[in-house]
Amino acid sequence: MNRRESLRTLGLGVVTTGLLLDASCKHPADTEKQPENIEPQSSSSAADATRTPEEIERDKKLEGEKFFNDHEMATITILADIIIPKDDKSGSASDAKVPEFIGFIVNDMPEHQTPMRGGLRWLDLQCLNRYNATFRESTSTQQLEIVNMIAYPKRAKPEMAQGVSFFNRMRDLTATGFFTSEMGVKDVGYVGNSPNQWKGVPADVLKQYGIATVWG
Amino acid sequence: MSDLQIKKSSTVYDAVVVGSGAGGGMAGYVLAHAGLKVLMLEAGPYFDPRLNSSQLKFPWESPRRGASTNTRNFGDFDAAFGGWSLEGEPYTTKDGTEFEWFRSRMLGGRTNHWGRISLRMGPHDFQPKDDITEKWPITYDDVKPFYDKVDRMIGVYGTVEHLENEPDGIFLPPPAPRLNEIFIKEGAKKAGVTVIAGRGSILTEALPDNKDRGACFYCGQCGRSCKVYGDFSSSSCLVIPALKTGNLKLITNAMVREVLTDDEGQATGVSYISKDDMQEYQVSAKIVILGASAGESARLLLNSKSSAHPNGLANSSGVVGKYLHDSTGASAGGWLPQLLDRKRYNEDGVGSVHIYSPWWLDNKKLNFPRGYHIEYGGGLHMPGYGFGGGIQNMNGLIPGRNPMDAGGFGAGLKNDYRRLYGVTIGMSGRGTAIAREDNYCEIDPDVVDKFGIPVLRFHYKWAAEEINQAKHMQDTFQEIMHNMGAIAGAPAGKDTNYGLEAPGVIIHEVGTVRMGNDPKKSALNKYCQAHDCNNLFVVDAAPFVQQGDKNATWTILAMSMRTSEYILAQRKKLNV
Repeated sequence: MNRRESLRTLGLGVVTTGLLLDASCKHPADTEKQPENIEPQSSSSAADATRTPEEIERDKKLEGEKFFNDHEMATITILADIIIPKDDKSGSASDAKVPEFIGFIVNDMPEHQTPMRGGLRWLDLQCLNRYNATFRESTSTQQLEIVNMIAYPKRAKPEMAQGVSFFNRMRDLTATGFFTSEMGVKDVGYVGNSPNQWKGVPADVLKQYGIATVWG
Repeated sequence: MSDLQIKKSSTVYDAVVVGSGAGGGMAGYVLAHAGLKVLMLEAGPYFDPRLNSSQLKFPWESPRRGASTNTRNFGDFDAAFGGWSLEGEPYTTKDGTEFEWFRSRMLGGRTNHWGRISLRMGPHDFQPKDDITEKWPITYDDVKPFYDKVDRMIGVYGTVEHLENEPDGIFLPPPAPRLNEIFIKEGAKKAGVTVIAGRGSILTEALPDNKDRGACFYCGQCGRSCKVYGDFSSSSCLVIPALKTGNLKLITNAMVREVLTDDEGQATGVSYISKDDMQEYQVSAKIVILGASAGESARLLLNSKSSAHPNGLANSSGVVGKYLHDSTGASAGGWLPQLLDRKRYNEDGVGSVHIYSPWWLDNKKLNFPRGYHIEYGGGLHMPGYGFGGGIQNMNGLIPGRNPMDAGGFGAGLKNDYRRLYGVTIGMSGRGTAIAREDNYCEIDPDVVDKFGIPVLRFHYKWAAEEINQAKHMQDTFQEIMHNMGAIAGAPAGKDTNYGLEAPGVIIHEVGTVRMGNDPKKSALNKYCQAHDCNNLFVVDAAPFVQQGDKNATWTILAMSMRTSEYILAQRKKLNV
């Protein structure tokens, strides 16, 4: 089977970049029966043939769970948009549904739960003591003031260490949630995940780095 | 449980094959194509990459953005059904030692997600000259014709290099290196480290005379398994084609309990439990072939006790389970400031290594025997869970920046993620671990799995040979990264045995049913036929006497083909 035939198998007529497809749903092979000399014949009625029934059930259960309360979710949303705001290239963290992602991932990875809940409360207590309001209810100037105290690990005062740890986690979750969203993948300029012919690093890039021969 | 009974089939197959991975798949393929009536038993479900692969999904199509779970240890899109722990199927360790055991329960086994790095063992791997380990009962020249046939039949890319202990194959063109890999190559060269094109079982060109498999279209996602069969999986390349002959019958979700023998000690078939109806079955065959993995094949033999084989089947020597060894592994990473703000283009490439370093040194001057190879990577990869993680350890080191500004938030931080995209590099050593009698698996006398089958208990310790090797790896990694102007992460030190992974983690475990010419010191003869039972064969990595630094799969395939052809020849002579 040559490359053209490969792509036909995938359900693709032509090679394009940035092509969105769901090959598994469109290919007629889906309805093909397994050879008869296999026992047991599977009743492949699963909605997603790439997942095991246990995985589908677990994901459904996780989607229905809600760890954070409304106040915590609102605080996460403010923090996420401070970490990744809208700019001239793309939207904000909340535009990319990062808070929803964080809401899911703490169900999937319970090791995030206590550090996140405790970190949010730590932040609220800092704000209550300083501004007589929770982080969410503080003014945006106050919010940025406290964030500045925990966002730079090398500058932060020792007594803010727990806040630094919380903010590092919050920054990581926000970045991962944003740059793995459709908006973030486009922003960072990932142009793969589409059938192509890899011929090596483009000539202009090789020239930019002064590389004469790729195999040296 | 009055409804529990053992269901015996009246059919007598020419051969029953236990397991559908590289070894079992190849045996099933060769024997079914030769016209034998073959039964294959697989402990997991049916899996066809064409239908069941997550290939070409974007990260947002996973609610966890491709992160791993307890059931997908290598990420949400990875092909493997199974992992480091299986519900209801425990294994144990002994004397405070460590062993990690990765099991895929699915058609094709671990070949659905493996790294496709396809290296031949060399002449000195089969016949070591340093007398530290036993020699194999065969030489490279005995196996070479089968490596050649596997290359032609399955396809492997690479370059002819004429290196003495890194034999060349029959190669398809290799993929060109990515930008990061060009820098790695230059840094390694300055450190005196050989770097050559990778060797991987991926069809960079269509395979002549094969209409079932497509050529690679460079998504770099071999770990998800390939919908067009552009890479090697036992499911797509061996078992599914063998099913089309009509001579192979496959029973999935069949967990084999033991090998059955008659009063004379000859194998008569196997018993298994069906995970679908939880009933007990027995099937009969003239030949029994184990390809269940080094761990599972040893477990099966040790659990197959009878008056003729009181020590377990094929174990009059007592070696079954012993000499277990996995490759050593240690890694390091860093990033290249010269690649900040790099131009974007599709750099997915293939889902195996584009470049690697075969072992390049002479051991006479070193404090460890044998050697290791290095696998490298880096490039403009698809973002996934963990993207941008720990940026506070990177963005303060951007040239011209005040290191005190590490971390941060807002528009400046958002731009740092863009600037740092695609700058990281990684390197991993994979080396020879010495096969030792005292590193072994055995039956745990106290523990059974949920099917009532006694489980394996492991005893495995690294020794100075492996730890010194890991230190050498770390020193080499640092030197390469320094030479290429990379900012390296802190190197793993003595407290972690220089980053040496726990035994089993590299998933190259071999050696538990070793072959040899002396029946007192080995379980199998030079054709992987049991000394004690001439209609029993083992075709996975269990027969390995001593692994080189080469990943095991290509040798499993060649050896299984060799054993299968031997079976065909013996059948003609009416010996089995």
